[in-house]
Amino acid sequence: MTDVSATPAPAATSERPRGRSFGKIALRWLLYIVLGLFALYYLMPLFVMLTTSLKSLEEIRTGDLLSLPRELTFDAWRTAWSEACTGIQCEGVKPYFWNSVMLAVPAVLISTLLGAMNGYVIAQWRFPGANIIFALMLFGCFIPFQVVLLPMARMLGLMGIAGTIPGLIFVHVIYGLGFTTLFFRNYYVTIPVELVKAAKVDGAGFVRIFFAIFLPLSIPIIVVSVIWQFTQIWNDFLFGVSFSQAGTQPVTVALNNIVNSTTGVKEYNVDMAAAIIAALPTLLVYIVAGKYFIRGLTAGSVKG
Amino acid sequence: MAPILEINNLYKNYGATEVLKDINVSIDKGEFLVLVGPSGCGKSTLLNCIAGLEPISGGTLRIDGHDMTHVSPKDRDIAMVFQSYALYPTMSVAKNITFGMKVRGVDPETQKSKLAEVARQLQIEPFLNRRPGQLSGGQRQRVAMGRALVRDPKLFLFDEPLSNLDAKLRVEMRTEIKTLHHKLGASMVYVTHDQIEAMTLATKIVVMKGGIIQQIGSPSEIYNRPANLFVADFMGSPAMNLIPAKTQTGSGGTMIEIQRPDLEPIRLTDPRAQGLPEDIILGLRPEDISEPGFRVGELVQEAPCKVEIVEPAGADTYVQTRLGGKPLTARLHSETEAAPGTVHNLAFDLAKVSYFEPESGKRIN
Repeated sequence: MTDVSATPAPAATSERPRGRSFGKIALRWLLYIVLGLFALYYLMPLFVMLTTSLKSLEEIRTGDLLSLPRELTFDAWRTAWSEACTGIQCEGVKPYFWNSVMLAVPAVLISTLLGAMNGYVIAQWRFPGANIIFALMLFGCFIPFQVVLLPMARMLGLMGIAGTIPGLIFVHVIYGLGFTTLFFRNYYVTIPVELVKAAKVDGAGFVRIFFAIFLPLSIPIIVVSVIWQFTQIWNDFLFGVSFSQAGTQPVTVALNNIVNSTTGVKEYNVDMAAAIIAALPTLLVYIVAGKYFIRGLTAGSVKG
Repeated sequence: MAPILEINNLYKNYGATEVLKDINVSIDKGEFLVLVGPSGCGKSTLLNCIAGLEPISGGTLRIDGHDMTHVSPKDRDIAMVFQSYALYPTMSVAKNITFGMKVRGVDPETQKSKLAEVARQLQIEPFLNRRPGQLSGGQRQRVAMGRALVRDPKLFLFDEPLSNLDAKLRVEMRTEIKTLHHKLGASMVYVTHDQIEAMTLATKIVVMKGGIIQQIGSPSEIYNRPANLFVADFMGSPAMNLIPAKTQTGSGGTMIEIQRPDLEPIRLTDPRAQGLPEDIILGLRPEDISEPGFRVGELVQEAPCKVEIVEPAGADTYVQTRLGGKPLTARLHSETEAAPGTVHNLAFDLAKVSYFEPESGKRIN
């Protein structure tokens, strides 16, 4: 009897941690399974798009939506890139893709640079009314696109750049400034003002201090701004469709036209390929610079 | 010779708030001026005005005889060291030090030789290629000094440069700054809230409060003859004892009487107290109240006092008693037999006493 009464105590103490760790592992597995299911759910459309774009029309009509292609064909991709019809023209998405590149690259660079300068002035060269100006710029972030369409069209007309790529660049730079200014201002606020003072005593001026000291410090936030702006501008449809004309339309508008202006048989594989082509650049930017995105967004708060 | 820095009737306002009022200071070449005061007293603002980082609202400011009112910081021939060091984070130590010369278009050969000279002087040669982020606090402080030294300016400005260092390093760097001052014979303006730093470094101290200069003088003047109650209380640690007292002129001369709760009032005699108003505040530093027999002089007078607290501090023992409704600290030797709750004889050396007027707080002797 004494033996029995002596054993339970140590047994209980050794049992409990094992039980807890088993529960922990089970919970962890459950978490992974749920996360995996979510990932699958989100990846499903991409999977369908990719497989469909690699199938022939024949196979799409007879086969299953989820099945893998029996034989790989890149015909749809070639068609989407250079032959598909957008309305009466049949040049694929290629010219529009380049329109988007020529539009997005300068718009991203200009809005980022201007945002950096704005943020630098608002955070480090305090002047009377700086807070009000910053608040007004922030307000710009919350104005819906649709509200500015008409005034913007009028402005572009007055400036003589309506329907041109420079016109679209202008629109995107203006609309992006609120966000880029916010990013850079919040980043530069964490930098001690003494840095500017030291540089002033050293003899550097406004521009020199910005380019020699602040810009080199700003890599993480530049990455954030570039990803944000590139995604916004590349994916934009409303401004693209409103302020462009034949020949200056961005790829998003062309994609819409390809999908909507098919005559006769609907070429799903071509539509899918065109859609993937249109989405590739933003995907690429995020894959290349994505880890800096998170780092940059949290940089200000960690620095202290 | 014109003073290297001359400030006359300087005012500084932010909107309606006056942060500096009627500042008048001047220093000669080679002087070490320390601006000291509690936070918010305007000492850093004054330094920024001297540097040209803040415009002045009134008065004149001359450096080496030239009016600086509308001269930008870079043309004032000054160098400044900041509390947060303000090193350029993306540049190497060498580039940090030579940045100013590069901006000014100094030729690369001169830049190189000056950099080498300063690096040797401050012993920072091993980290010239590192970034500020890879240095310790003390090393960063050296680099910040190097950036100032390399300029060889007319005037060095220091804005609480040691506040971010730990206690031991602070004392080391303090000595180093003092050595540097001797070696270079440079003119310096140094801002601090630490009165010990002010005492040890300065040839001239400016004590400030609320944007007004309270007193200007050498460290010993400030310490021994404080101009008012604020300076008396601010400078020195532990602080000067400021005890309310009454003067009585009788047949035996002028007596100073200090009330206390549980013992007879203390009566001290001081012939110099003649003609003082009836109500005064008597200021006596802890080291001027000692064990009987340790001080000799005509004005040393003993009185029994009730000891409340005994604080051994190693070299000395601080003893607290209560006089005139205020705690009074005496600095006794470390082997004192004073114990809490007992009555112990204390010797008051009135040779060093300061008298203040209670209302205005002004010194009256």
